[in-house]
Amino acid sequence: MKEEIIIAGFGGQGVLSMGKILAYSGIMQDQEVTWMPSYGPEMRGGTANVTVILSDKRISSPIVNAYDTAIILNQQSLDKFEPMVKKGGMLIYDPNGITRHPVRKDINIYSIEAVEEAAKLGNAKAYNMIVLGAFLQLKPIVIMENVVKGLKESIPERHHHLIPMNELAIEVGKQAVKEKHKV
Amino acid sequence: MDLKDIIKPENLVYKRTKVLTDNVMHYCPGCSHGTVHKLIAEVIEEMDIQDKTIGISPVGCAVFAYNYMHIDWQQAAHGRAPALATATKRLYPDKYIFTYQGDGDLASIGTAEIMHACNRGENIVVIFINNAIYGMTGGQMAPTTLLGMVTSTTPYGRQADINGYPLKITELIAQLEGTCYVTRQSVQNAAAARKTKKAIRKAFENSKQMKGTSFVEVVSSCSSGWKLTPTQANEWMEENMFPFYPLGDLKDI
Amino acid sequence: MAEKVLKKGNEVIALGAIHCGCDGYFGYPITPQSEVMETLMEEKPWETTGMVVLQAESEIASVNMVYGGACCGKKVMTSSSSPGLSLMCEGLSYLAGSELPCVLVNVVRGGPGLGTIQPSQGDYFQAVKGGGHGDYKIIVLAPFSAQEMYDFVGTGFDLAFQYRMPVMILTDGMIGQMMEKVELRPQQPRLSDNEIAKRYGSWATTGKTPDRKGNTVTSLALDPKVHETLNHRLQAKYREIEEKEVRFETLYCKDAEYLLVAYGSMARICESTVESARAQGLKVGLLRPITLFPFPVKEIQRLMPQLKGILSVELSTGQMVEDIRLSVEGKIPVDFYGRLGGVIPTPEEVLEVCMSHYIK
Repeated sequence: MKEEIIIAGFGGQGVLSMGKILAYSGIMQDQEVTWMPSYGPEMRGGTANVTVILSDKRISSPIVNAYDTAIILNQQSLDKFEPMVKKGGMLIYDPNGITRHPVRKDINIYSIEAVEEAAKLGNAKAYNMIVLGAFLQLKPIVIMENVVKGLKESIPERHHHLIPMNELAIEVGKQAVKEKHKV
Repeated sequence: MDLKDIIKPENLVYKRTKVLTDNVMHYCPGCSHGTVHKLIAEVIEEMDIQDKTIGISPVGCAVFAYNYMHIDWQQAAHGRAPALATATKRLYPDKYIFTYQGDGDLASIGTAEIMHACNRGENIVVIFINNAIYGMTGGQMAPTTLLGMVTSTTPYGRQADINGYPLKITELIAQLEGTCYVTRQSVQNAAAARKTKKAIRKAFENSKQMKGTSFVEVVSSCSSGWKLTPTQANEWMEENMFPFYPLGDLKDI
Repeated sequence: MAEKVLKKGNEVIALGAIHCGCDGYFGYPITPQSEVMETLMEEKPWETTGMVVLQAESEIASVNMVYGGACCGKKVMTSSSSPGLSLMCEGLSYLAGSELPCVLVNVVRGGPGLGTIQPSQGDYFQAVKGGGHGDYKIIVLAPFSAQEMYDFVGTGFDLAFQYRMPVMILTDGMIGQMMEKVELRPQQPRLSDNEIAKRYGSWATTGKTPDRKGNTVTSLALDPKVHETLNHRLQAKYREIEEKEVRFETLYCKDAEYLLVAYGSMARICESTVESARAQGLKVGLLRPITLFPFPVKEIQRLMPQLKGILSVELSTGQMVEDIRLSVEGKIPVDFYGRLGGVIPTPEEVLEVCMSHYIK
């Protein structure tokens, strides 16, 4: 198993921490993991992105040519990363604020209305966990038990009372993800 | 009466401290370094802290201070002695750490290090020899060189508009919260040397009590650099240096 | 089971220092390595192991604090990034001249000048050719993962004390900012003052006890004979290190006809390049120097007869490539590919360059 994922959106959407929780979950089931924040001036401009790789074997380059999965949370990131998804790969996006939707026919496309779902939960901070839930529904590469362990490791202890809320958000995301296009 | 009758323990009036080595000092006749070395060595012996004292020698005439005292020494890069002392004291808090620095070392290239070590209140002793000239490199202008004073880089005398003003760094140091004792002394005669020794002793005692940084300036002569005989140099120092760098305690908490 | 954590390379430099029993860290903030001191301040090791952590007033002060601490026979270190390392070079020369053990970390950024905070390998020359004045070398370790960032602090101290010389960990913002799984080691106790006096009392400033002469740590040697002898002794030590301490890793080199040479972050990229090349049936191998001084000269010479050429891949305008060329002595072509400004080439990009040379 090797899964190369790009998570991209605005700063403040919890992109980096979502990647961190996913990577920590991988460690909990003894996978090799790499979490690599955006680098290079060409990747600047108000957007934050992180490459997360989970693998059963030693991970070579943290910089990849193409991704198995792209998790996209704003228009700039969609424009940039849609072409970089591997043929037959997966793209999950939040349609909120998107005016030009994904067009590729050779990849699987899903949407998660995470802004809306977070509003329903009454917790805007649950946003990134809803998105993570959507991903885990489609690619359960880490089991829920390890995600909870991952949450515990990556959230400071003083915030551990929020873990049940995060679990709930992941569940909501799992239920709310919609198929847009299937290869 | 022959020699045997005279050389008896009960007739002993002066004995060189065992902390000083037998090496012949390389300092010029009339230089203050030798006297200050002796005073430090005596204080170390009197406090019985030879095995707990680490000295840090500078770049300058006193670079070879390590040849003259039976203690452990570190030889610092130019101006950086207070940085070495900071680490050494923090890693060996029960030891006595002193830096020995000249005016070029302390008040020019090492200004940042001395200011910050004193401001942090490192529990170290700083011995600052101010002879208003770069001795080792051959008599160039120092930050403490007086206005009008002739040096090899101010052959027509130091001018404020070209060279700036002599730096009263000890007055600056006294302003810093981290210092507990700041004093200015001299060693041109026995009385002055006795006072300086008292000051050095107090500085080492402060270090033991972890009171902060103790800073002892010794206004000194450099007969070679000043191109005067040792006697003339001392007279010149009293007439010209002391009015600008007045002796006494600037701070004693 | 050993604890496994997800941490940035810079953060585990700090943990590696604490866990290997480091006595003191002295540093000054500079991007992209500030997490090293920040992590130490957060961990508060002075309350657990007794390690001293101090923010100095400048890089000049921090390297000289390291000098003072190293004189004491203590395990002391600093970290910085390129412009800060330039400031430390005088101190580094003194440390080498006085034969003092210490660890320095350089999380390299692009130069010259203020340059960029993005990853770079432009300080290779400064690290392996000296940097400061005079005839000296330091051991240079080039980690390529967060795990190696963690491990090499302890390795660095072992080597530093074995040979009584500074060891540098040369890395960049990519390895420093990337989070990976790191397996932590059990806490090693710090040496007691008595233990230090016993082990290093022959040279360190541990306090002159009646049973020994005073120790002086200095790099000053005005006597021509003394100075020449000191330098010959240093050189003999460097030759011994070249014999005994070369570390490298090879991948797919057995039947390789074309060789990529890359260290640190670029070795990670090139590993993927070589995997893709092999998938296409191309006989490409990778040599990853782990020590940059000593450089794996003999390994390159051993592989040379089977090779059509070598490509050095660096985040610079070509520095390590010179050492490769010195190793092959003009017998086979050595090409170079480098990117600057923090642009990290993709494995595919390197493969294209590799094929253009290899197929030609």
